[in-house]
Amino acid sequence: MKPIDVISGTMAPLPRANVDTDQIIPKQFLKRVERSGFGPYLFFDLAYDAENEPIADFVLNRPEYQGATVLVSGPNFGCGSSREHAPWSLEDWGFGAIIAPSFADIFYNNCINIGLLPVVLGTAEVEELTAAATTGASVTIDLDAQTVTSGANRYHFDIDPFAKHRLTEGLDQVALTLQHNADIETFETGRPAYLPSL
Amino acid sequence: MTTPRTMFDKVWTEHVVRSNPGEPDLLFVDLHLVHEVTSPQAFEALDLAGRRVRRPDLTLATVDHGVPTENRAGGIRDPLSRAQIDALMRNCRNHEIMVFGIEDPRQGIVHVIGPEQGVTQPGMVIVCGDSHTSTHGAFGALAIGIGTSEVEHVLATQTLSQLKPKAMAINVDGELPLGVTAKDVILGIIAQIGVAGGNGHVIEYRGSAIRSLSMEGRMTICNMSIEAGARAGMVAPDATTFAYIKGRTHAPQGADWAAAVDQWGQLVTDEGARFDTEISIDAADLVPFVSWGTNPAQTIPVTGLVPAANDFTDPLEAEAAARALEYMGLTPGTPIVDVPIDRVFFGSCTNARIEDLRAGAAMLQGGRAVHPDVSAMVVPGSGLVKLQAEEEGLDLIFKEAGFEWREAGCSMCLAMNPDVLGPGERCASTSNRNFEGRQGRAGRTHLVSPEMAVAAAVNGHFVDVRSWR
Repeated sequence: MKPIDVISGTMAPLPRANVDTDQIIPKQFLKRVERSGFGPYLFFDLAYDAENEPIADFVLNRPEYQGATVLVSGPNFGCGSSREHAPWSLEDWGFGAIIAPSFADIFYNNCINIGLLPVVLGTAEVEELTAAATTGASVTIDLDAQTVTSGANRYHFDIDPFAKHRLTEGLDQVALTLQHNADIETFETGRPAYLPSL
Repeated sequence: MTTPRTMFDKVWTEHVVRSNPGEPDLLFVDLHLVHEVTSPQAFEALDLAGRRVRRPDLTLATVDHGVPTENRAGGIRDPLSRAQIDALMRNCRNHEIMVFGIEDPRQGIVHVIGPEQGVTQPGMVIVCGDSHTSTHGAFGALAIGIGTSEVEHVLATQTLSQLKPKAMAINVDGELPLGVTAKDVILGIIAQIGVAGGNGHVIEYRGSAIRSLSMEGRMTICNMSIEAGARAGMVAPDATTFAYIKGRTHAPQGADWAAAVDQWGQLVTDEGARFDTEISIDAADLVPFVSWGTNPAQTIPVTGLVPAANDFTDPLEAEAAARALEYMGLTPGTPIVDVPIDRVFFGSCTNARIEDLRAGAAMLQGGRAVHPDVSAMVVPGSGLVKLQAEEEGLDLIFKEAGFEWREAGCSMCLAMNPDVLGPGERCASTSNRNFEGRQGRAGRTHLVSPEMAVAAAVNGHFVDVRSWR
């Protein structure tokens, strides 16, 4: 996992509530067995018409948002399925961070686990950033300082300290947990005998 | 005196392998369920790191999301689905994991087979790379949907690193009116608290209406906890739970059974335990619901009218409603019972267990048949549910009425296999999500109970099952 320090660039606005994982990456693209290459299918049903032609006014098809590094969206972003393909596709398209007033729990965890920064800001702050995004304003997210800066505005965001530690150091959770192998072994010896075993 | 604790808190605490201030807890996982769509990248990462599956004996796999539900003798035509299924079979062979392949009679939807095999038991921590893992909470297990990175983590360590969610109580008291099912209870709950109402929480469903439900009904409710945004849903185990588990393949036997029941009986929430959030619902107020929109909170009573965007005061909700109305092709003010349907999908981890099929078949008594303009299918939740239904003659009732009788799988709930809605097709569905494109691009999903789905199949439009008997 790549460590995150500062994420800068332009913002793409998608001011909608409850953007679900079926919208982010429709199921016909979940059949790949690879972890990469999902970017071209991001928001596919919103971005392409029935003939698979790009829909010109969809935000990610518009020329001014090409190369955007931050997506700004509405509350409960990423609701629905546990598919990690959703954050993979956002990351593969080029996003380093998603800003929203709230996230669905599984999606949020998936983002932390792959190193895509989920930033929770207040509703009014997200509205200001959405407006700024439409003018092509750039943004800087400083993970260490927990700030989002755009123009004259600077906002503070909260993040769980351990999630922040993992993101700033680029730490893989499996490797971290394997350091506690002895604890796992101890626990295993104390499990009740009636529990199922296959 | 010890502090009263919730069932959730008890199960959580009993599974903490390691707790360190400022870090998520490390929880031991008693059962890891695996399917073909969210696991290949996890196995690949595991293999690349040269790691082994720590506890294959606590891991159970099946194929469900991408399997065809007809013409299985002809193999899997979709090369990508075939590659995914082949990868799962290969990974399970390499890591010595029990897997129910497409030819195994026990194959089925991952959340149907766990309870069916008796591996889903009270007090366990159960995870799966699928959001509807919440289903298993019906047994008083803490069952959490996880992403692929976490699947890899569980494969390698048999643990999950998690921040402890908050506890929510949803009390449903009273008697459910005739024609109002477990599906209507959960649709009613989601309509009340919203699709993000449960975010950050584990819900415990409580109250006399929940206690009176069968295990199948409790599974339907816990299944859709994720549609309210909750991390998990739970129901305290009781005599109904124990009776369901007893005698199943992996249920405790002999002296183990007595020890297990003794432990399970202690899992209930203590009198006076504190929940972070509490909701109360009067069962008598519940009605059969039909979803009109593109998220599971956009529902109305079957007697209701399609709403207008300006019925919603919140601007984002109003905009979402406007989008949903356009996508669904609905005119505000239309009685929902006047909306004609093209398809009926009877299946999914929400409503494809034997009791659901019995309830659906009962609606067809008296020689009722599927409306000539409607195409309807039944997809049993597992191969064993299908066999049981066939032993009871339910398949004949469905087939004689004009339903297609299919093989087990997730099928048109998420349409990763060939069972897909065409653009503009309108479907009464017993599944759990009505998201845009979920059942097929530009397809229109209306979430209903099994009874409501069968009644709609016969009439060609929605009908109130309370007056249709």
